[in-house]
Amino acid sequence: MILTLRVLLSHWRHAPLQLGLLILGLALATALWSAVQAINSEARASYSRAVEQLGTRDLPSLTAPDGDIPLATYVALRRAGWQVSPVLEGVWTPAKESLTLLGVDVLSYPGAALMAQTTPATGLDPLAVLRPPGTLYAHPDTLAHVLQDTGPRVMALQELPQGIVLTDLSVAERLLGTSGRLSRILILPDQPMGLLPLTQLVPELELSTTDDGALGDPQRLTQSFHLNLTAFGLLAFGVGLFIVQGSVTLSVEQRRGTIHTLRCLGVPVATLIQALLLELVLLALVAGVLGLVLGYIVAGFLLPDVNATLRGLYGAPVAGALSLRPGWVLSGLGMALAGTGLAGLQALLTLKHMATQLTQASQAVARRRAGLIWIWAIVGLLLIGLAGGMLWGGNGLVAGFVGLAGLMLGCALLLPPSLFWALTFWLRMTRRPVLRWLIADSRLQLPGLSLSLMALLLAIATNIGVGTMVSSFRLTFTGWIDQRLAADLYVEAAGPQQAQAILTWAEARGARSLPQYRWTTRSASAPLLLYGVVDDPLYRQNWPLLRSLPDAWDRLHSKGAVLINEQLAHRADLAPGDMLALGPDWSARIVGIYSDYGNPDGQAIAGITTLQQRAVPLTLRRIGLVPPDGETPEGLAAALRQDLALPASAILAKDRIRAASVAVFDRTFVVTAALNVLTLGVAGFAMLTSFLSQWSRRLPQLAPVWAMGVSRRQLAGLELLRSLGLALLTFVLALPLGLGLAWVLLTVINLEAFGWRLPMFLFPADWARLLGLTGAAAGIAALLPILRLLHIPPARLLGVFSNDR
Amino acid sequence: MIARAYRAVFACISTAILGIVFPALPVSAQTQGYADLGRAATGFAVPTPGVPLQFPADHGAHPDYRIEWWYLTANLQTETGEDLGIQWTLFRSALAPGEGPAWQSPQIWMAHAAVTTPSDHHFAERLGRGGTGQAGVEIAPFTAWIDDWELRAPDASLDRLAVTARSEDFAYALDLAADGPLVLHGSDGYSVKSAQGQASYYYAQPAYQITGQITLPDGSHRVSGTAWLDREWSSQPLAPDQSGWDWFSLRLDSGEALMGFVLRSEQGDFTSGTWITADGTVEPLHPEEFQAAPLAWSEVAGRQIPTRWHVTLDSRQLRVEVGALNPQAWMGTSFAYWEGPVTVSGSHTGRGYLEMTGYGELRSNSPSNRK
Repeated sequence: MILTLRVLLSHWRHAPLQLGLLILGLALATALWSAVQAINSEARASYSRAVEQLGTRDLPSLTAPDGDIPLATYVALRRAGWQVSPVLEGVWTPAKESLTLLGVDVLSYPGAALMAQTTPATGLDPLAVLRPPGTLYAHPDTLAHVLQDTGPRVMALQELPQGIVLTDLSVAERLLGTSGRLSRILILPDQPMGLLPLTQLVPELELSTTDDGALGDPQRLTQSFHLNLTAFGLLAFGVGLFIVQGSVTLSVEQRRGTIHTLRCLGVPVATLIQALLLELVLLALVAGVLGLVLGYIVAGFLLPDVNATLRGLYGAPVAGALSLRPGWVLSGLGMALAGTGLAGLQALLTLKHMATQLTQASQAVARRRAGLIWIWAIVGLLLIGLAGGMLWGGNGLVAGFVGLAGLMLGCALLLPPSLFWALTFWLRMTRRPVLRWLIADSRLQLPGLSLSLMALLLAIATNIGVGTMVSSFRLTFTGWIDQRLAADLYVEAAGPQQAQAILTWAEARGARSLPQYRWTTRSASAPLLLYGVVDDPLYRQNWPLLRSLPDAWDRLHSKGAVLINEQLAHRADLAPGDMLALGPDWSARIVGIYSDYGNPDGQAIAGITTLQQRAVPLTLRRIGLVPPDGETPEGLAAALRQDLALPASAILAKDRIRAASVAVFDRTFVVTAALNVLTLGVAGFAMLTSFLSQWSRRLPQLAPVWAMGVSRRQLAGLELLRSLGLALLTFVLALPLGLGLAWVLLTVINLEAFGWRLPMFLFPADWARLLGLTGAAAGIAALLPILRLLHIPPARLLGVFSNDR
Repeated sequence: MIARAYRAVFACISTAILGIVFPALPVSAQTQGYADLGRAATGFAVPTPGVPLQFPADHGAHPDYRIEWWYLTANLQTETGEDLGIQWTLFRSALAPGEGPAWQSPQIWMAHAAVTTPSDHHFAERLGRGGTGQAGVEIAPFTAWIDDWELRAPDASLDRLAVTARSEDFAYALDLAADGPLVLHGSDGYSVKSAQGQASYYYAQPAYQITGQITLPDGSHRVSGTAWLDREWSSQPLAPDQSGWDWFSLRLDSGEALMGFVLRSEQGDFTSGTWITADGTVEPLHPEEFQAAPLAWSEVAGRQIPTRWHVTLDSRQLRVEVGALNPQAWMGTSFAYWEGPVTVSGSHTGRGYLEMTGYGELRSNSPSNRK
């Protein structure tokens, strides 16, 4: 056994390049997969650190469909014996930045223990949390930047996500200016016996199995993002496996002589197979470890961008550092082992066949496989049909991804038959003998090349699909942000008095002001930000409405109607003409839906007069300003700074906000771009190994052609032509798949994941660039076999004829 | 009563806040909380002599005083003759005098309920904020509640009461009927607690007949017996040098009742108590007249706790042995203590309740450390 293994392994001494490629291929695949896993698990760990330590993650919670829960409902539940804990959540703006203020009853809130841990170190009276002016807890960064001299004492609490302030309900009510209202009721773990069911006690409340508040599980929101990353990682891994498959099959082919000899020496088939298995395990372990190291480095590079994405898109709390998790190492190695096993399956079967038959059978195998082409085509079509059904009839993100996977796999399976038929068709059309031989030869090789070509197809399609999605999104986003930033200047007021002063100042100067009053409430048990706007023609002209009723803006200002963002419309299944519940006794007609990218939450716009009539607690921090005729925005900004002594940072020009937003957007998709390039690289690599593995099998086909007078140089040229031709054909087939992928991403996945549907744009220049890249990859992949061909001694070609006996 | 004052202050302030809310606090920080009790009752009302208690108003809460409790214990028997006891206590503790709307209220409420059988001890705790309606006391009809735990009367008196409590593993619903008058301790309810003049308002109803239903994991039981209700409120914390107390409330078969306690201190123990005659006459005991010494210790929750006592009251020719019905009657609440039913034997027989606090972990308060 050991001896057999040693004999098998000795092969690699003669083929160090092949060994290097095999290990590198597997390592790359493992690296991409494990990098994605590392990023995902890091983000998840970040989320759960906070909620786990606060102990509210797995607690079911009650919310009211129309936003607030009256205090009396909480007390009624308590009086019925239910052990529950109240939470009041609101947006609080102590300085320039808005924070989420979380008011809890420290006597019953499960996370209160954590609040206490910080207390003894500071020597502060523990009761201070309950005694006026109260104590606020926040992440140290949040403390440093936003919580200065706010009244209550402030304490650092590392475990809290940034932007969240935790305090007692009494303090939260004072700071938010509310009373008698709650946002959520958490249901505590241990309940007394014999309780009446909640459905009977509070039928008006909705029960959810997790706490979905600000400290709830951000995984729910970011799930789609991680699913996306995982899909990408899996794709890269799959592509990597093609490399391994090619290399291992090749190595078995090459060791045909050795295996023959070993069999003749009496080594049983089982021992041979065990030895090969052991070899595979050894290779997988070496490559797996290498892949993990690589993956760790890749993840370290990508993590800051991913974090930026998560924070930017979802406001999810993620820490910056990468840590090594045992689970991650194990799963990476496991994937490498399983993948190698899967990829080596064909090699094992070949070995078994070879060891028993001891004949040269590559052509026969190739022909038999060619007969399977119909089965490939039928399975491929079936998969595409299923995917279509899933995308058409299915609902939700998972259905979208399953549909997407079906579509891609189906198309990949259709590739070999399509290529086969395309070549057959071409063969019939052409009369030139050399070309006819080339086509026939290519067709013969298809089964061996098909897996790497499928990998290439998937890589190209993914590139086109994801590229189209990102570029379409960017185009839409930049157009949208131009519309959205209607005013020339935006001023952040430090408080209500300053806001009023700015409004008065603008009026005296003849500048138009667009104050953005805001009110945070809840609707359909989710947070809702309601903006109050003044009636200004700028809104009517610029605000990006997707769908609206006639006279939407008139009805907004005179009839108390509202506009809602696309996310809210999709989530709550609302359309213009429907009613939006804003409170127990308040429903407003929806007159339009506007696009609102980059924001996970529901949002609505109402006329300021409506909100004032309803006497909701409005805050005014941001005011848009349009300079009077004859004055530049810069001039107005300078005067504003001077007259009202505003800091320069409080005044933002439209262009700066636009640039910053686009920068955030671009950072968001850096990861996608990086993964795109990596996948294509791995696919090119897969082609190279396939060509190499074909090489030894091809000699018997090349030798007769050479013998008939086609020079080695000509053969090399034909080889290059073949490689480029196949890559081109694959590209042509991948293009529609890529566009289909883009369409699914834009209209299905985006809608499910973010709540917004995006228009699709086409970018032919990108395709041309990608075609160039594909050609380059195919050319480079063919280079090594071509070089070998150019330098092959004629004797070896002649030898084919004698060996063939 | 002093013992109870200690407990209430300790329990309500340090425990509720330090213990439950802040269970992660090290013991040293809790002792800080204990030292905190030594502060003056700034802003709080202080009991003054010569002000007669007003009923039914004084059955209700006194939010201007720092601490207050409604404290019920009962010795019961099932229909098959098995002894058991129950406890139901509602504590009020104020962070500041007065009331406030909803969450702004400075009043904090805490309740303990327990059922003790010879083999099992079940207990539960509830906490609530004043002002919200989750917990409180109303005068007419009298109702004291926290969550769904209630002590309720059909009228404004304490003559007939119904008490309920339930947790994960026990529940009870019992009816009480007073068999005698209210007992006003000290001078018409003004009860002096120390030579420095600290005092509380204190009255009790020591003679209830009680019947009802108790649900335990093994099923439902009909029970009957006697119960004792204590009412006390004050603002003044006590001396900081005591390490704990042992408190006895004993109902004797002769119809008489004895309440006595030992305050343990490094400077020497302090004992006091009250003798209640069969007709309800209150006779305060002289200091040191009541004597109690441990006879046997049990290991309870990692501590050594005396669960058999030798109690003597020479002026009444009382020499009895007081033994726990269940030595493991440990209240593992945020402020942990031992409280359970006891049986009295010797010169007098009877039943009652025993409460012991301040027995630390094994190394600090082992029996050998005591005199």
